[in-house]
Amino acid sequence: MVNENLVKDVVKEPYKYGFVTDIETEKIEKGLNEDIIKLISQKKEEPKFLLDFRLKAFKKWQKMKEPDWAELGYKKIDYQDIIYYSAPKQKEKISSLDEVDPKLLETFDKLGIPLTEQKKLTNVAVDAVFDSVSIATTFREELAEHGVIFCSISEAVKNHADLIEKYLGTVVPASDNYFAALNSAVFSDGSFVYIPKGVSCPMDLSSYFRINSGDSGQFERTLIIAEESSSVSYLEGCTAPMFDTNTLHAAVVELIALDDASIKYSTVQNWYAGDEEGIGGIFNFVTKRGKCLGKRSKISWSQVETGSAITWKYPSCLLLGEESVGEFYSVALTNNLQQADTGTKMIHIGPKTKSTIVSKGISAGNSKNSYRGLVKMGTKATGSRNYSQCDSMLIGDQASANTFPYIKSQQPNSEIEHEASTCRISEDQLFYLQSRGIEFEEAVSMMVSGFCRDVFNQLPMEFAAEADKLLALKLEGSVG
Amino acid sequence: MQSKMKESDPILEVKNLSASTDNLPILKGVSLTVYPGEIHAIMGRNGCGKSTLSKIIAGHPSYNITNGDIKFLGENINSLEPEERSQSGIFLGFQYPIEIPGVSNLEFLRVSTNARRKFLNKEELDTFDFEELVKEKLEIVKMDHAFLSRSVNQGFSGGEKKRNEILQMALLEPKIAILDETDSGLDIDALRIVASGIKKISNAQTGIILITHYQRLLDEIKPNYVHVMSNGQIIKTGESDLALELEEKGYEWTDNFIKET
Repeated sequence: MVNENLVKDVVKEPYKYGFVTDIETEKIEKGLNEDIIKLISQKKEEPKFLLDFRLKAFKKWQKMKEPDWAELGYKKIDYQDIIYYSAPKQKEKISSLDEVDPKLLETFDKLGIPLTEQKKLTNVAVDAVFDSVSIATTFREELAEHGVIFCSISEAVKNHADLIEKYLGTVVPASDNYFAALNSAVFSDGSFVYIPKGVSCPMDLSSYFRINSGDSGQFERTLIIAEESSSVSYLEGCTAPMFDTNTLHAAVVELIALDDASIKYSTVQNWYAGDEEGIGGIFNFVTKRGKCLGKRSKISWSQVETGSAITWKYPSCLLLGEESVGEFYSVALTNNLQQADTGTKMIHIGPKTKSTIVSKGISAGNSKNSYRGLVKMGTKATGSRNYSQCDSMLIGDQASANTFPYIKSQQPNSEIEHEASTCRISEDQLFYLQSRGIEFEEAVSMMVSGFCRDVFNQLPMEFAAEADKLLALKLEGSVG
Repeated sequence: MQSKMKESDPILEVKNLSASTDNLPILKGVSLTVYPGEIHAIMGRNGCGKSTLSKIIAGHPSYNITNGDIKFLGENINSLEPEERSQSGIFLGFQYPIEIPGVSNLEFLRVSTNARRKFLNKEELDTFDFEELVKEKLEIVKMDHAFLSRSVNQGFSGGEKKRNEILQMALLEPKIAILDETDSGLDIDALRIVASGIKKISNAQTGIILITHYQRLLDEIKPNYVHVMSNGQIIKTGESDLALELEEKGYEWTDNFIKET
């Protein structure tokens, strides 16, 4: 149909963040073996327990097989053809932002994440990660006054080794899955957050991940600990340049919430998605999991996934504490030849635990978008409840959407509710909006935002506006 | 037939319009001219092409104009996008208003109103100013403010949907409004509200085309002209009493005109 083609034209996606920063980098040689891991650990001046952690993970990884159960098709990744450590060259010890290479500051400026004292965002503390290292973290002193620790994980390893040793790998063990094992062996940097007892973090914390180098992988590791009765809202953004090769990104994020603590983790993922023919783009294999360890603790994931050639990601919650709450709100937009297999796992272990899943998948072009989720009620999860809602929207007639909800209940005294729907933007809806003076592109993006409303409502304010803009941008193009 | 309004230029001129969808001819040479202040009624059996005519004037992409012209305020609009037509002052009231899940009615109305205001070089309204404007217009259709926070037409009753259409007409202040079976599915009270709304909005500068099957709307809004359509053509044009005659004698009566022409 004529209009189907129009819609296809509209979803053509210009990628604004595809530039490369020309900067001298320190890279190690390609390939993965014990020596490489020792080298990474040595470069980061790590304590022995961490090197052991890495080596153990590597041994496990060698025995594991790359998973193939997801609805994804891609050519095999050659793990020996990747550089596992790449860092912009700069002075050994940087004491202030003034010493950071201006090119790096400029890069983050261009990405809308100004870091310098004069320009930095006023209500959000930012940790900026460039390839394998953290460049800068803003508002550290202000946060420290409240006892909040917000720094790169490399620094945390040096300054808060006890916390790292106590919690690292306790939510996502190295043996959890292939990509988690790989990350555990080679992770380079990421963010560390510690919120002490009774503290409600005075501002949103944010990490911005930037891949710059084309032949190195990014393996960041994030660990967030919220002590009793504390709370934090954490935001994560990501972009990468346009390369015609695929770059591997395999991150691990671990969250721990103790009694009455709450963690809100929001992601806007906009890695380079590859071109219209599916050349290039990031392979995004991520393990994100939160542990509601304490009573009445709460972990809420919200994500807007618009980038990457391949997304394999299931932010999950282990609900151990009595009356703990897990939430997952997701918007995944795929276009051209993008593939996404994303969803969540809600593992109800403690009694009276509650979880909510709201997933909105939008597939355009020739893309493939799958929701995969598991809701499990353990034997002790009496009086627990889950509500899931999975909606798919198809744009054009070449895109596909799948929903794979897995439900396992070992507890008759629990409730699981699942709703799913699929819709298409109809010609009549578009004509209706247009006949009210609303331009075709705006009409499409209005309907897509409308479809995502339930999820956008869960995002922090500035993020919601950004997500809305990002979706509109992805749907921008010429009306043919 | 336009002798009475000589002093002004027509708002809408449809000249010998033929159109098809999927190579199937639907309109076969329709001509219709509307001057400011005029109310035209178009009647005819289901499938005679009434709704198609209205959609083509509004720019629906499913139809191809194979011959003839549509002129609006003297300009040919055959190739304009539907949004351009709306912005310049053409309004189509839908027979079946479309549901748009997740899009708030208030925001929809505001974006739509601003698109028209922008065209008219009027200042666009922010949320607060728009609230003021819409409050005033809600009165016209006796709608509750709660309608605004719901999704566009979603879960609205038939009558509520039609009133929402008239609300849009009130906000957009079109030069010409084509109301496609706005009366169908309305009870007597709702019909009165809708009819009085249409009368309040229209004035000596606007034109109205009412597409209807029934006399009862025309009892409320007296048309200057009544056109009878059949098989993609206007086969008879008369004054308001033609509708009464039609009501009395039925469409079979009009079949004779086809033989005559």
